[in-house]
This record gives sequence, C-alpha cells and structure tokens, in this order.
Amino acid sequence: MKIRKVIGKISTTILWTILTLITLFPIYWMVLVSTRTPVELFGKPDLSPTFFQKIHWKNFTKPFIDGIYSDYLFNSIIVATSNAALVTVLALMATYALSRFKLPGSESIFFWTMTNRMAPPAAFMLPLFLLFSTVFKFGDFTLFDTKIGLILLYCVFNLPFAIWLLKGIIDGIPKELDEAMIVDGANLFTVFWKLIIPLAAPGIAVTSLLSFLFAWNEYLLASTLTSVYARTIPTGLSEFVTTTGTNWGTMAAVALVSMIPALIFLFLVQRYIVAGLTFGAVKG
Amino acid sequence: MFSNNKTGWLLLTPTILILILVGLVPFFYVLYVGFFKWNPLAVDPSMQFEGFGYNYRQLIFDEVFLSSIWRSIRFAVVTLFFELSLGFILALSLLSSFPFKSFFRGVHTLPLVIAPIVVGSIFKLFTVQGLGPLPHFLKDFFGYTLNYGLNADQAFWMIVIMDIWHWTPFVTLTLLAGLSALPQDPYESAKIDGANNFQIFIYITIPMMVPVLIVVIFIRLMDSLKIVDEVWMLTGGGPGYATRFTGIHIWKEVFEKRFYGFGSAMSILYLYITIVICWLLYSVMVSRGKSED
Repeated sequence: MKIRKVIGKISTTILWTILTLITLFPIYWMVLVSTRTPVELFGKPDLSPTFFQKIHWKNFTKPFIDGIYSDYLFNSIIVATSNAALVTVLALMATYALSRFKLPGSESIFFWTMTNRMAPPAAFMLPLFLLFSTVFKFGDFTLFDTKIGLILLYCVFNLPFAIWLLKGIIDGIPKELDEAMIVDGANLFTVFWKLIIPLAAPGIAVTSLLSFLFAWNEYLLASTLTSVYARTIPTGLSEFVTTTGTNWGTMAAVALVSMIPALIFLFLVQRYIVAGLTFGAVKG
Repeated sequence: MFSNNKTGWLLLTPTILILILVGLVPFFYVLYVGFFKWNPLAVDPSMQFEGFGYNYRQLIFDEVFLSSIWRSIRFAVVTLFFELSLGFILALSLLSSFPFKSFFRGVHTLPLVIAPIVVGSIFKLFTVQGLGPLPHFLKDFFGYTLNYGLNADQAFWMIVIMDIWHWTPFVTLTLLAGLSALPQDPYESAKIDGANNFQIFIYITIPMMVPVLIVVIFIRLMDSLKIVDEVWMLTGGGPGYATRFTGIHIWKEVFEKRFYGFGSAMSILYLYITIVICWLLYSVMVSRGKSED
C-alpha cells in the first residue's frame, strides 16, 4: 500500500514536471528570440540561454525608443487604466442600486447587462466601426481612433462581469448597516466611502485588476476601431504579421513587454482568477 | 431611503446609458444595415434596399460562410473534449499532495493571463518554419515535416493545440475549485461500503460535479466560438479556408472586400447562432439547478 502511494506521488510529480516544461518552453523560446540578432536566429535553433553581455538590446530599443511602440504602450496604459477606473466606479454604483433598491425590472436589467458579455465581438466589429467613424459625430470629433472610444467600448465587456463579481460581495454586506448610517444622517456618498468601499475592498481590487487586464489584452476591436493615434500594444503586435520578412527578434521583444502587466497581475490576484473568469459561478 | 427608487435609477443611469450606446445601438444598427445592399467599393457605393431578405437569402447558400460556422463548432467541440478530459485529470491530481505542488499550480495559471494575441505570437515564434524549434525537432527525430503554412490539417490542429495550451489551465482550476467544495460524507460512506476508486469517481464525483461541468462547458464553448486573435496571428485564417473561423471570415468580408450589407447579415446570423447555443446551455443549467433544490 505504501509503495503504491509513493509510486503515485512520483508519477504525479513527473506528469506535472512535463506539463510545466510544455507551458514554459514556448515562453522561454520567445525570451531567447528577443535577445538575439537576426543572424543568430538563422539556421538551427540554439536553445542555450543568452549571456547578459550578448543580449541584442536593439530588439527592445528599436521599437520602443526609436519607433512608434512607446506611443502604443502609452495608449494601452491610458486606455486600460481609465477603463478599469470607470468600470469599477460605475459597476459599484449599479450593483448598489441592484442590490439595495427594489427596482421594477431590475432582474431583467441584470440579465440584459450579462448578455452583452456573451456576444462575440466579431459580430459587433462592423456596426461599431461604422457608428464610430460616421454616426457618433460631434462637429469634427468622431469616436473613431480615439482613446475615449476604446475606453467606452470596453465597458460593454467589463461592466457585466464587474457587476456580477461585485453583486455577490455587496449582497453579503448586511443592509442594516447602511440603514443605521442613514438614520444617523449620513448621505449616500458617506455610506459608499465609509462602509461599502472599505468592506468590499478586496472585491473592488480584483474587479479593477481583471478589467484592466481585459482592456490591456483586447485586440480585435482595438485594431478595427483605431488607425493611427489610439493604437494599443496588441494591435502593434499584429502589425508584425503583415510586413514581409518579419523581424522575429523585435516581435518577440514587443510580445514580452506586453506580457509584463499580466505577470504582475498573476502574482497579485492568483487566488481570485477562477472566481473572476467563471463570473463567480464557481468560487476559486 | 431605499424605498425612494429615484436614487436607485440615478445610480443605474450611467451604466445603462453606456450599454445602450455601445451595446444596444450597434446591435440595431447592424440589423438595419443587414437589410441593404451596400458596398462602398462597388460602382454604386450607396445603400440600396432590395427587400428585407436580400442578404439573408444569399447567406443561406454561401458555402464559405456556412462551412466557417461548421468549422467553428467543430473546433469548439474538439478543444472542449481535450481540455475537459485533460483538465479533469489534472484537477484530480491536484487534490493529492506531491512535491512542489504550489509551484506547478502557479506556472499552470500563467497562460490564463496572457493575451490571446501574445499567445498567437508565442506559438508563431515557436512553430514557424525556419525559426521555431518545433519543426526542427520533429524533422530531426521523427522525419515529420511541420509546415502549417501549406498543410491545411496541420494548421487546424495547430490552432487546437494552441487553444489547449492556453485554456486547459482554466478548466483545471475551475474543476479544482468545484472538487474542493464537494461534501466529504458520500465519499466516506462509499469507502465503508467497499467501493473502489474508479466506482467512486463514476458514481459519486461525476454526478456531484455536473453543475460545475456545465459552467465550464458553457464558458469554454462561448469563448471557442468567438476565437479570432490567436488564429489571426498564427495562420491568418489560412492556408485556403483551413482555419477560417466565423469571426475571421466576417473580418475578411467586411474589411477586405467591404461587403457592408452582406457582412452585417453575417454578423446577425453569427450572433443568432451563438445566442441559440448559449440559451440552450443556459436552460440546461437552470433546469439542473431547479431539479436540485
């Protein structure tokens, strides 16, 4: 019996070692490519690590210092941060209304917000492109190719999920606490500031981080709704595909840099990822 | 104060307004455009009304579009099968203790947070002819030529492998969360009754996991039907039509050929099919939930 257990343990460890190698190896190769010159990449792949002195820094400096990619990076940071902030504030307000007030039809509203998340973005590509470039017009200003357009747009995907995530948390705060504060003469703003936000802080943090990540990672709509001024880093990455004779080293470097927020994020909220991705239907 | 609904509606207003502006208005707009013949690159670039069914009638006989839907569904089912079986095995293995477990689990979470477009880039660098180690390795050790730029089957299965790499961790972690929340009593009584591990798995674990499994299937199917980014990066929908999933097909029709009216009709049909599948699964989910109460 004991031997069987040990064998089981060893085989599980071997299985997971292989799996970890499969997960990490393509990423490791990307890191290697980002450190090499085109000449070094020619011919048989060399899997040995690159020495620090031999790193081909030009792969990073060419797109980010000499090239346009620093603008893309800046746009991505602005869009993702503003979207996360906007979504968190709006979702907090909406969730509070859905949770505390007996609004007629609030369940239908809740369901309707959810359906927005389920729709495939490719189906909305064309109408959004046409609306942004021709219909939503204020004088000379159109939403097409602006950061504001993207920030508003990502609300469609982030708000439903933020409301879903926060609803469970705000429902869990006893209603009596709010009522007691209001009887004592507090207004709604004070209730939010002194009660809801401190008690729901972890949930709010997870919501805003996941919203940030989604906005950072989104590619399809960003690429169709921007052309020059509001392009984000994922759209920049896709530009490598169309150019003839792709510069693999630079492409790997850009991909690596665009992965950084995801990595930071992974350390911060690893525990909540499951609950976040399943819309809270399964507690992680 | 909570009886004063005005405050409640006021708090909801911005959310509703934004969702109408960028969710509902585009939907009705695409429905409207779908009734017209409209191609800005044609001889007559204006919108022409040719009857409500004009584009839809064409669409029903458009083999490329229909095959792209079929391809998307086939892709969704194939990846679901592999991810579910692999994910279940891994989730079960994570219930026992073994060395470096939390490290392995942490690495396993990594693909989940990487952007689809970056996953596409990672796989492109890893598998492309002339650069990636994978084709070299397969050639040297097995004499197998991997060139998905030319071979249609390889392209499709390359996308499947990429999707498994990207999303199995999601299935594993979700199922693990479900497994850890299961009550322990049935297991104890089954052991007392002398059931073996396999029987316990079939008769106790699987039936109790059904609600979680449905959630996983629901989310994975929806996401697979939406797939665009990774495919665009890796194969661009080719070679031929081998990896032209519905999203990519719409992109090509709309932004390369500028078939606005026809593309709108496609979008509506695509949306409709997704909603039907979504709704079917949702009603299964709800009826399961009710029968358990």
